[in-house]
Amino acid sequence: MKKAILYINQFFGQIGGEEKADIAPEIREGLVGPAMELQKRLGEDVEVTHTVICGDNYMGSNTDGAIETILGYLEDKDFDIFFAGPAFRAGRYGSACGHIGKAVKEKFDVPVISSMNEENPGVEMFHEHIYIFKGGASAAAMRKDIKKMANFGKKILNGEVLLSAEEEGYYGRGIRRQVWLEPPVTAADRVIDMLLKKVRGEKFQTELPIPEQDMVPIAEPIKDLSKANIAIVTSGGIVPVDNPDRIQSASATRWGKYNISGLDRLESGVYKTIHAGFDPAAANADPNVIVPLDVMRAYEKEGKIGKVHDYFYSTVGTGTTQGEAARMGKEIVEHLKETNVDGVILVST
Amino acid sequence: MVKEIERAGIPIVQMANLIPVAKTVGSNKMVPTISIPYPLGDPSTSKEEQWKLRYHRVGVALDALTMDVKEQTVFKVKI
Repeated sequence: MKKAILYINQFFGQIGGEEKADIAPEIREGLVGPAMELQKRLGEDVEVTHTVICGDNYMGSNTDGAIETILGYLEDKDFDIFFAGPAFRAGRYGSACGHIGKAVKEKFDVPVISSMNEENPGVEMFHEHIYIFKGGASAAAMRKDIKKMANFGKKILNGEVLLSAEEEGYYGRGIRRQVWLEPPVTAADRVIDMLLKKVRGEKFQTELPIPEQDMVPIAEPIKDLSKANIAIVTSGGIVPVDNPDRIQSASATRWGKYNISGLDRLESGVYKTIHAGFDPAAANADPNVIVPLDVMRAYEKEGKIGKVHDYFYSTVGTGTTQGEAARMGKEIVEHLKETNVDGVILVST
Repeated sequence: MVKEIERAGIPIVQMANLIPVAKTVGSNKMVPTISIPYPLGDPSTSKEEQWKLRYHRVGVALDALTMDVKEQTVFKVKI
């Protein structure tokens, strides 16, 4: 009998939602939440013995401590494979699955399998370290995603032949593995075939894909801060309490700009957060913890900066696709340029 | 958003709790915050402490706007 352990967050661990996102890691014997489906899919030859649960914010803010605690829990456990998630498009959860997955892989040298949607930043961060299967956008894909994770896990445990990342359905880890082609075609023949296709303008598949990384050149620094017009931008969903632009609480496609000229700080009750990805209590009680207008005014009075820009810009950054974020960014840039903003402080949550 | 603003040539500093995520996405200048729900002021501390922390970290971010760096940089905070 092979043994497996699953990592999940506080939500899927049935402890609670955002208000419980700060809970420290714990380990439970047996099956909690998605572990039941995983057990079902793994069948009789593999037993899911434990479920590890940790709050997403706890893992985000105390990463090293959380990993150390969990590795400690696992030290005396006997297991052959480790699963994490699926995390869908939940960024913090994906990042947590990646962090713990990578640590477990390094310490115990067992296969680690997760699943995330392609928009999950955890994919980019951890696809080289663990198997991350291509998953759905939301928990509606739970069964489908778990099935993929379990099937591949069984394949590994049974010592079956593993195919390429693309054929198996996980994000490539950037590992090149030698394979025997059937029928055998030498590299010289393959490269000439590719070249001919390229010349003819036909589609061809490279054997050495170079991943694209879109880095932006670092902007020229501000020379004289004491004359600069500085704007605050946030993905933390701070808006006037009536949310006049009807910005969505998740998967946002809209953003707003709000006039703050003449205000010394953002008052509770006048501004709030509509972000659905964290407990809003602290930000609603004092919106300056996300849009730090009060201290920006102080720096303005001291003369450290020329002025605080008359508007702050806001949207919600949970479940928001990178494509939408880029579009909103471009639209915000137009306003920043028209109003001669010299620099931006962007607070993300 | 950070990248689009920087692409337009406007210097930008991202204040974020999940610095590894900010780095992966391609932020060039980063200042750490203390948490996701309250990046710049822990409600379990006094108003004065929250102000001090916020004043300090935003100050670091403002200074970062003037720095000429050649690669992705996480600026250090003291409180």
